[in-house]
Amino acid sequence: MMKRQIFTAAKAAGAAGFLTLAAVLPSPVLAQQGNRDSVTLCQTLEPPILDPTGGAAAAIREITYDNIFETLIAFDSAGRTQPRLAASISSSDDGMVHTIKLRTGVTFHDGTPLTSADVKFSFERAMAPDSKNSQKWIFAPIGSIEMPDASTVVITLKSFAGDFIEGLAWADASIFSAKSADKAGTEPIGTGPYQFVRWNRGDRVILKRNDAYWGAKPAIANAIVRFIADPQAQVAALMAGDCDAHTNIGAPEAVAQLRANANLRVTIGRTEGETIVAMNNSKAPFNDPRVRQAISMAIDRAQVNEGAMSGFGTLIGTHFSPNHAAYLDLTGAVKFDPAAARKLLAEAGFPNGFSASLRLPPPSYAQRSGEVVAAMLAQIGIRVSIEPVQWAQWLERVYRQRDYDMTIVAHVEPLDINIYSREGYYFGYASDVLKDAIARTKSARTAEARNAAFQDAQRRISADHVNVYLFMLPKITVQKAGLKGMWANWPVPANPLGQLSWE
Amino acid sequence: MIGFLVRRALTLLATLMVAAIIIFTVTEILPGDPAAVMLGMTATPETIAALRTDLGLDAPPMQRFFQWIFGFLTGDLGISYAYRVPVAGLIAERLPVTLPLALLAITMASLLGISLGAIAASRANGLVDAGIMAGAQVGLAVPNFWFGILLVLLFSITLGWFPAGGFPGWQAGFFIGLKALLLPALALALPQGAVLARITRTAVLEALGEDFVRTARAKGLTRWQTLRRHVMRNAMVPVFTMLAMQFSFLVAGTIVIENVFALPGLGRLMFQAIGGHDIITVKSLVMVFAGAVILINAIVDLTYGLIDPRLRLARGVSR
Repeated sequence: MMKRQIFTAAKAAGAAGFLTLAAVLPSPVLAQQGNRDSVTLCQTLEPPILDPTGGAAAAIREITYDNIFETLIAFDSAGRTQPRLAASISSSDDGMVHTIKLRTGVTFHDGTPLTSADVKFSFERAMAPDSKNSQKWIFAPIGSIEMPDASTVVITLKSFAGDFIEGLAWADASIFSAKSADKAGTEPIGTGPYQFVRWNRGDRVILKRNDAYWGAKPAIANAIVRFIADPQAQVAALMAGDCDAHTNIGAPEAVAQLRANANLRVTIGRTEGETIVAMNNSKAPFNDPRVRQAISMAIDRAQVNEGAMSGFGTLIGTHFSPNHAAYLDLTGAVKFDPAAARKLLAEAGFPNGFSASLRLPPPSYAQRSGEVVAAMLAQIGIRVSIEPVQWAQWLERVYRQRDYDMTIVAHVEPLDINIYSREGYYFGYASDVLKDAIARTKSARTAEARNAAFQDAQRRISADHVNVYLFMLPKITVQKAGLKGMWANWPVPANPLGQLSWE
Repeated sequence: MIGFLVRRALTLLATLMVAAIIIFTVTEILPGDPAAVMLGMTATPETIAALRTDLGLDAPPMQRFFQWIFGFLTGDLGISYAYRVPVAGLIAERLPVTLPLALLAITMASLLGISLGAIAASRANGLVDAGIMAGAQVGLAVPNFWFGILLVLLFSITLGWFPAGGFPGWQAGFFIGLKALLLPALALALPQGAVLARITRTAVLEALGEDFVRTARAKGLTRWQTLRRHVMRNAMVPVFTMLAMQFSFLVAGTIVIENVFALPGLGRLMFQAIGGHDIITVKSLVMVFAGAVILINAIVDLTYGLIDPRLRLARGVSR
């Protein structure tokens, strides 16, 4: 642990040095436009495998979604679903039977034609007891899958789910061929506009255009996805022109410096990552709503956003993304007021505050937010001890064993407010009102009814002060000025290369 | 001599075994489940259990320990929990980056350190000496990753001569590969070179004070001839010891430098494996690092005799 802290501190010192020095040195002499036939995209994390149905890592989806693998329907940059492998989906009036017509003339990268059997295979593989799919809820309502002919799939649900069709747009519902699915982790073969060439582990994945692609031909023939984890190294690679774009840099403090570079363009967008101070609602003193409210009132979210993300996060007041139509702006629901917070804490029986631990996972948003939050809570007498933990420990102790007081984490899955209704979830929160609202989001037959249920859920968790809702994690895209088609927001983690082109 | 070698080999094996037990125990105690890390927050307990079975995490610790040790002896290091490919393959992929990087760094450090140290000693207390020693002091004080960042700023961003990081692979061409390793090797070499310069200077100064130096000069050898033929050879024993110790630091240094330069080497693999709780890879990597350090030290012990015949003689006498 000690070593890790030293390393982080050393890196922070390094970053500071880098930024100061970069400011005094002349700006880059080279403005290479690069080869118009290729694009080098840089991303922070390397995926452990390339099969989106075998692990939850966002990095897998960043490379494969809508590039190597395709889904029946797919999210666009605005988070709306668009047809992909499904030419049409028609649903029965009761929403229980869905008839999917597949596009014709689609082949996998190894030449195997796509048929309805592949859809059946892919979904049954995801539903199997030994499946490694991290989003099995998508397939849970499925009763049966039939194939009347080679290009038609009929899915009959055993229980109604209003979000069933949208779930099919997730990378976890990618369509595989039975012939190649087993090796998808290391040699992915899909139907997408780009096909896998090589993976130099630790450095890059190399892709090339799929010339037999059924849809619009991508503009760029070759694509390289490089992995650069270190925030300073990301900035250096962009400044040196090694990356044509970085999908989301980890150094928000470098944005001003990157913006000053005429060859680069910076776009501040949003991910679906609600960053929260989670509190163990089942443990004293956090089981007292007044204590949770006091903590919420003691934290100045704008300041945390400024300190941790240079102000690029989007403030939220509930566990819901402003990208979604059902979003309610509840940022004003709790006012920053340390004096009132102290009073509330005294009412709850803690006139002198109390001691609590704050377990922080490794990402910098958590580490940085944690420092600011701890300082703010000290103002109302809550003595916070910060405990940095590795992801594995976080998942084991905080998430699984619920052995924690407070933690800071970003919940990156879209529309994940349903976690508040889960039994034994790590928040330790239980509310029948909320459970009912979540059930209604599933059973709703219309978009309006579904959105209304989502709004009820948002109001409930905000009123109960389950957690402190800080901000949506930003997506800071940095790219060469001539590159077009990068997604500004991440409704899902994806970088569809087929949409890129050089000016 | 044979007996000596056998004894050395046995000590080596025993050290490695102790290292293996410590590494296994420590990684075993660490809380956390690799399967849970892979599958994230939304996975159901059944899905995690399925992956655990797949990864062989169900087996009792003792069984896994012996599987690991015997696997090690046969070159089978198991399957990485995160990457789901053989660990041996992962390490083999990364060696062609880390090994040349370490060799390049140690070569640069030796050339730089030993020559500058010798020059400083031969001009002891002069301006050149003061300059070199001041430089060495800076070299010692500057952490290698920060020096790496400075190199990137100058050579990659401002001048555009070198890539700012990454490794295109040896298949892209020898010189392209070498170019990618040059800056990180230099960043690694600087602090090492600084240490070597100081050690060399002290050792050379000490040797210069010996009687044989006066004799050599009296025989009519020039300053440089004396230095080359008599002084340097005597001074090399402590320098060589230091060089071997430096190697261990170099191994640790690659972990940091490979991250700064985004190089796909063993150090970065270690970093990623720890982050992903890929314990089986961490274990094998630590073992490889520990093994390398232990082996280098053994080789250095054996080669002392080559540099210094007196040590060879002493050993002969004691036997």
